[in-house]
Amino acid sequence: MKLRRDVFQAIADPTRRAILMLLTTQTMTAGAIAGNFDSARPTISKHLQILTECELLQQDQQGREVHYQLNPSKIKEIADFIEPFRQLWDERFNKLEDIMKNYQSKG
Amino acid sequence: MEMKTQVHAEDNKQELFIIREFDLPIELLFKAYEDPEIVAQWMGTKVIKLENRRHGAYQFETTDPKGNKHGFNGTIHEFVPNKKITRTFEMESAPFPVQLEYLKFEPLSDEKSKLTMQVVYQSIEVRDQILKLPFVQGVNMAHNRIESLFNN
Repeated sequence: MKLRRDVFQAIADPTRRAILMLLTTQTMTAGAIAGNFDSARPTISKHLQILTECELLQQDQQGREVHYQLNPSKIKEIADFIEPFRQLWDERFNKLEDIMKNYQSKG
Repeated sequence: MEMKTQVHAEDNKQELFIIREFDLPIELLFKAYEDPEIVAQWMGTKVIKLENRRHGAYQFETTDPKGNKHGFNGTIHEFVPNKKITRTFEMESAPFPVQLEYLKFEPLSDEKSKLTMQVVYQSIEVRDQILKLPFVQGVNMAHNRIESLFNN
């Protein structure tokens, strides 16, 4: 259960979500990832460490460089990409339901 | 907690399903799609045109918090009260191709009904992009909040 909680804590942070988005199309070194943020390099390293510990990221040794890549099976497991889309429709349909319940009681 | 709205998006398919059960009789659910004033309320949009018939068309316009106007439009191919609507959907201010929507309305009891929306996209890539849009927007909003903190 601890691991599961960690995954959701990991994606609750906007910088870590942005790191995941960066890696959707390519693998990157820690330096290249840090280059996309204003935060200090150790801060980004800490984020990468957390994402790796909860298995959202995998490290791939290429010669002297370590590249980070998404772990697709873990990403799929949390299905976080779909959740905001689902919530958008859920809110819309909740509104529809409320409006029509009022309409019903008026009519 | 039970999820009232479900999204089914299988890998490597250019379609998705949005499924929702309503605590509403089928007639009221359908009316929410038929009556322009009610559509305007729950969709949060201005309804410029809504012709509920075969070969009919619809046109919506929303205004975002910055005051920019965004147009949406489509053509209606099938319109069968309390049963189905088949239509196209196009976002005028976004570079996404037209999508095809099959809306199926089903009564579950006198007081409950179900809507199944099948949305077909031009390609798998387009579907996945649109599916990720609210997620990406959430990330961008978080970025903007961080930026404004630094700028102040």
